[in-house]
Amino acid sequence: MTDRTEWPLWEVFIRGQHGISHRHVGSLHAPDAEKAVRNARDVYTRRNEGVSIWVVEARHIAASSPSDKGPLYEPARSKVYRHPTFFDIPDEAGHM
Amino acid sequence: MDENAALFEFLLRMGDNTLILGHRVSEWCGHAPVLEEDIALANTALDLIGQTQMWLGLAGEIEGQGRSADDLAFLRDAWDFRNLLLVEQPNGDFGQTMMRQFLFDAWHLPMLTMLAVGGHERIAEIAAKAAKEAAYHLDRSADLVIGLGDGTEESHARMQAALDLLWPYMAEPFEADEVDAAMTEAGVAPDPGTMRGAFMEKVGAVMDAATLTVPERRFAQTGGKSGVRHSEHLGHILTQMQWLQRAYPGAAW
Repeated sequence: MTDRTEWPLWEVFIRGQHGISHRHVGSLHAPDAEKAVRNARDVYTRRNEGVSIWVVEARHIAASSPSDKGPLYEPARSKVYRHPTFFDIPDEAGHM
Repeated sequence: MDENAALFEFLLRMGDNTLILGHRVSEWCGHAPVLEEDIALANTALDLIGQTQMWLGLAGEIEGQGRSADDLAFLRDAWDFRNLLLVEQPNGDFGQTMMRQFLFDAWHLPMLTMLAVGGHERIAEIAAKAAKEAAYHLDRSADLVIGLGDGTEESHARMQAALDLLWPYMAEPFEADEVDAAMTEAGVAPDPGTMRGAFMEKVGAVMDAATLTVPERRFAQTGGKSGVRHSEHLGHILTQMQWLQRAYPGAAW
């Protein structure tokens, strides 16, 4: 049986402007997806922060485990050649 | 009735509605059942106070006596207020607050929509801006009335009790007097009675979905927008709302 006294937790993603991707801004409680969007509008876009809101119930997010940190991320640490920092960029190209 | 005097009265009605309801809703700040509702209610209150500044600001200009929106909000006494009786009613429980909000929004949005296409440019501008906020308020309050009405046995009973309690106040918005007649005549505002159809349609649809029954009795409480018979609650609101300006005249941030 689900606990009926507590609304599920939702993670909120807001897109600040067109062309930018949605960013995680925080979480909130709501009884369903529609009300989660409304609550997100009221909690996270009061100061004109967004043009689009995504919500996803927190239990649907699969996350990497902190204890797997070593195998997951450390192998990439010694591979500086994967960063595109060894190219000379002509001045005419400007900031990239 | 002189058109300018009628215009002033009409603007007080619009501004006093949003001022008193905004103050009422702000009383929830820090007390709402969940954090998300607390913030949403505070947003609603701020929207309404923002609209008040525009309505009462214009009212002061029309009156031409040099009174600002703040003067009108904080330095008038209960008998000078022109808000509907509905908006001065106590918050009660959360359900009662949301029922009051829904009934107000269901009148407010069509009213603003009509004013936005009315013949007074400044009023039309304010109404167009306020209508966007009112549309969101209505979506939200309708949703909550449906959710709570069609919820548990307890929430259903509370919502029905709230509807029964507040329904007698829903005749007043649609009654026309000489101020309304002057505004209709001038092409500024619709005849209040003509908006009843849209209001009843919305209320009917929402109450059906909420499994709530609109009371059939015709008993009506009126006297708020004319200022002749406010309920005792208004005076109590004003003592709290106006206390600072009365105790420290001219105090500012």
